[in-house]
Amino acid sequence: MTGAAVTTSGLTKKFGHQVAVDGVDLEVPLGSVYGFLGPNGSGKTTTIRMVLGLIVPTAGEVQLLGNPLGRIGESLPRVGALVEGPAFHLYLSGRDNLRRLDAADLRADPATSATRIDSALDRVGLLAAATKRYRAYSLGMRQRLAIAASLLTPKELLVLDEPTNGLDPQGTREVRHLVASLADEGSTVLVSSHLLSEIEQVCTHVGVMHVGRLVAQGPVSEIGGDARPRARVETDQPQVAARIMTELGVRDVRVDHGSAVGELDGTAPEKIVAGCVQQGLAVTGFRVETPSLEDTFVALTGEGFDVSG
Amino acid sequence: MSAVEAGVRDVTSRPRRLSTRFLRSELGLVFGRRRNQVGLVVLIGPPVLISIAVKSSASRPGRGAPDFFSSITENGLFVALAALTIEMALFLPLAVAAVSGDSVAGEASTGTLRYLLTVPVDRLRLLAVKYAGIVAFAFAATLVVTAAGVLMGVVLFGGGNLTLLSGSQIGFGAGLLRVLAAALYLGCGFAALGAVGLFVSTLTEQPIGATLATVIFSAASLIADSIPQVSWVHPYLITHNWTAFGDLFRSPIAWTGIEHGLYSAAGYIVVFFLAAWARFSTKDVTS
Ligand SMILES: Nc1ncnc2c1ncn2[C@@H]1O[C@H](COP(=O)(O)OP(=O)(O)OP(=O)(O)O)[C@@H](O)[C@H]1O
Ligand SMILES: [Mg+2]
Repeated sequence: MTGAAVTTSGLTKKFGHQVAVDGVDLEVPLGSVYGFLGPNGSGKTTTIRMVLGLIVPTAGEVQLLGNPLGRIGESLPRVGALVEGPAFHLYLSGRDNLRRLDAADLRADPATSATRIDSALDRVGLLAAATKRYRAYSLGMRQRLAIAASLLTPKELLVLDEPTNGLDPQGTREVRHLVASLADEGSTVLVSSHLLSEIEQVCTHVGVMHVGRLVAQGPVSEIGGDARPRARVETDQPQVAARIMTELGVRDVRVDHGSAVGELDGTAPEKIVAGCVQQGLAVTGFRVETPSLEDTFVALTGEGFDVSG
Repeated sequence: MSAVEAGVRDVTSRPRRLSTRFLRSELGLVFGRRRNQVGLVVLIGPPVLISIAVKSSASRPGRGAPDFFSSITENGLFVALAALTIEMALFLPLAVAAVSGDSVAGEASTGTLRYLLTVPVDRLRLLAVKYAGIVAFAFAATLVVTAAGVLMGVVLFGGGNLTLLSGSQIGFGAGLLRVLAAALYLGCGFAALGAVGLFVSTLTEQPIGATLATVIFSAASLIADSIPQVSWVHPYLITHNWTAFGDLFRSPIAWTGIEHGLYSAAGYIVVFFLAAWARFSTKDVTS
């Protein structure tokens, strides 16, 4: 696996005074499944639009499958894209909408158009609703049609911006399988989401956006590996437990919901239990938690509910 | 860099230089759309109304009626010319403005524009295909009015020799040919208005706004053309030469007005298509 499917350097986009994307150095390795994460408004879609040549960066460079900014169009036939949700003609059927997109593609072979369209529809489980007007599609069906549209011809890179938005749990799982199977076929997948748990299992790499900046990027193992395991003591006197833990060298001890939590910094977990029991505390539960990617994500982007504006 | 290229499989075939698939898809979209079909049906209204009204009123239209009206009872072909004259001011420009204003702005507002561009469709090719659809609709609209007029006129008033405005007569076939030429000439004028609509359509994401602006452009041109104090501007107005189609019914044909009209239309098409291209080629597609 050499080279990168997408690289950007110092990529910046300003809308008026607002800096939507600020000096982003993205690196999506060939063959990876790259999870592009970030809260609402953090600049994921804006970055993706620049990578696809839909908007012109205020500053910075893009390389898409080996082509620089001015020649992105030469790479696009090898790129399937889903950008900021589905968009189709309301009064055409799902199949007719795909026909239109296939007709617009100078490289698509007209002789195989019908079979390719139907197999794309089949792949997203939409064949039964192929003749229904787009207008009558549910949100999930629309999302599926948009994914089908990106699969009309074989692609080396798929850019999927929030592909699971509006899908039911079953649909979300199917998208995950789809992403995995595309990766198995050798495609690189850049998939954005603000719900990490949805794509966590299939990603090999992640990049985390926060207020327009890329705050972390790398293989999943490295990103998740930064954080230390945490010990949690459940007791009726969490303040006392917290004091004991701090004395034992546990860092960042907090009290939350009838338990004390802290980062294990070389302290052996069994010592904590022993320490608490010795002091006469009623310990009702003890856990050592390895932080999930989700926790890392929250730590990087802050826990606040507010969007980055 | 070379590593990237080596890792890239060649999965797509070479692009074909020429394909009419996208154009046919665009025509299907323009003519398959219910709103546009209804528009074409509405355009049939005036020729039908004119012919029935003239037929049912015993007396000939009074003095001061448009040129072609007074001749309708003599030859049905004049119904087509009267209908074109009436619809030239508002109905036909409105139809062309609706389609051209919608061309790019409509795709932008539904978001389909971003998916066409990532297919990818080259931006110049997209504009060219969009404009081809507009031109096809402009001519279709003009021809629908003409055909309805000819049909109603010949059925209600009969055909036969056509008396020209200058008094001499030509055969029905030659007359029909001149009516067709008049329709095609007007079609060129509306194609020019379509180029204006295409340009406006690249400025906004609101198709209705683009349509309105195009109608206003055409109406303002008509108004300016009727104000003698600004006569210096008249030759440059988009609507100024439209009425010259009447010159086709003189003997010999007075080509000057027609020629001016065609040059003017060509000028509008070149200028506004280039303006649309200048605007669209670097436009941020954020919808
Ligand atoms: N056309 C625009 N004009 C002005 N500001 C914009 C425009 N598009 C995006 N922004 C701003 O840029 C910032 C980043 O938006 P973007 O759509 O890239 O976020 P996102 O990470 O995709 O969010 P979400 O998860 O909600 O899709 C936001 O603050 C947004 O308000
Ligand atoms: Mg987004």
